[in-house]
Amino acid sequence: MTNSVPKTLKYSKTHEWIRQDEDVVTIGITDHAQCMLGDLVYVELPHIETSLELGQECAVVESVKAAADIYCPVPGEIVEINESLFDSPQLVNEDPYGKGWLFRLRPFESTFRELLSADEYTKQVASEAH
Amino acid sequence: MSKKTSLHGCHLQSSAKMVDFAGWDMPLHYGSQIQEHHQVRQDAGMFDVSHMTVVDFTGKDSAKWLRHLLANNIDRLTPGKALYTCMLNEQGGVIDDLIVYKMEDDFYRLVVNSATRDKDLAWFRKQITGYDLTMTERPDTAMIAVQGPQVRAKIAALFTSEEQQRLANLKPFTAVQVNDLFIARTGYTGEEGFEIILPVEKATAWWQKLLSADIKPCGLGARDTLRLEAGLNLYGSDMDETVTPLESNLAWTVAFEPQDRDFIGRKALEKQQAEGIQRKLVGIVLQGQGVLRNHQKIKVEEIGEGEITSGSFSPTLNKGIALARVPASTGDVCLVEMRGKYVPAQVVKPPFVRQGKKYF
Repeated sequence: MTNSVPKTLKYSKTHEWIRQDEDVVTIGITDHAQCMLGDLVYVELPHIETSLELGQECAVVESVKAAADIYCPVPGEIVEINESLFDSPQLVNEDPYGKGWLFRLRPFESTFRELLSADEYTKQVASEAH
Repeated sequence: MSKKTSLHGCHLQSSAKMVDFAGWDMPLHYGSQIQEHHQVRQDAGMFDVSHMTVVDFTGKDSAKWLRHLLANNIDRLTPGKALYTCMLNEQGGVIDDLIVYKMEDDFYRLVVNSATRDKDLAWFRKQITGYDLTMTERPDTAMIAVQGPQVRAKIAALFTSEEQQRLANLKPFTAVQVNDLFIARTGYTGEEGFEIILPVEKATAWWQKLLSADIKPCGLGARDTLRLEAGLNLYGSDMDETVTPLESNLAWTVAFEPQDRDFIGRKALEKQQAEGIQRKLVGIVLQGQGVLRNHQKIKVEEIGEGEITSGSFSPTLNKGIALARVPASTGDVCLVEMRGKYVPAQVVKPPFVRQGKKYF
């Protein structure tokens, strides 16, 4: 099974995706990550106005099988969280790049470090499989 | 090299996500384990459980030997009846849990766990010395569990009216032979249904027939949450050789009567009873949100500590649930350590779910 990796997004090594829209970025987990976890049943999100550093543990997604920490891929301040996930965590499985987004933040810096392109992320996933 | 059941190709065809289970390449789910869970609770699903080990025992000492080997008593069985039991070591520790079917006089069939196959067979061989019976493992059989409230209605079309009648008359924990199929009214989900043992060469055809009867394939993921909701123990998680059935919510499966039946482990269990049983296996329901996990620590205030033996999430209740071994005097509340914090949970007597509804 091949998972989708949209070209328009950036990615982290820890399987988050990042979309930049003007002055906020939206963050979620990749199709590959949701597929590895299986059905999500619980999502814990950061509070609005929390300041996050690069790589900081900031959210938890739990499937029946496992719990996974989400590491902040872009330092910034949380401006919005996807509250619909509290009642419907399965949105992350059904639509990881759309309705299954996790949170939005206002970045502290205008350039982002250590992010991968779609091609680089695809290569990383392929190398993890071996 | 992992082992494959005769239905392996069917699983791949249905786009199953495969995982290793006790050396077998088995389906974890076919898309969504939660949907498969609901499918069984509300409708009808099927599981390939051909990895389980089927062993037949025949010979004039079969009954005498099993009376000694098993903690539950096979004396009450008549042909076609089944019994759930533990097999204990001399210390009363659980070597395995299993179902024994009386097929005929001097002919019994045991279905044991796949993960414990090697040690079970070794134990059988060791204990069989001096008895007049023959042990035959049956790798030529496959096993399909069809489970759910709509199973009876849905499989009817696959049988003649005479066969349907025989299935309709089947009581819980009994079995009938219908042509090639050995059909038992047993299961591991807490729902109505059957476990079917059949020749491997017929397995694919029957899997396809069941699919055509709108019975959906379900994987080991759903099987685990279903059995947990039903309060059914998993060997290796909820009990093993370090605990007795009396500490595992399985006292009901130990037949102390008649008193002169000398089964393996009896003395140890009697000693434990006399000294007082220190621990018990209970159900845990998380009060807040989240998922309980195996080995999380339990704290019971002013009493002591325990540990989750099987933790997961109940799709039916939408809550974290678990089986846990705790001090015997534990009341109806406890604390579970989750990510360094102690969170409150309710202590209940399993099952958590019966006939699709909350039951505690």
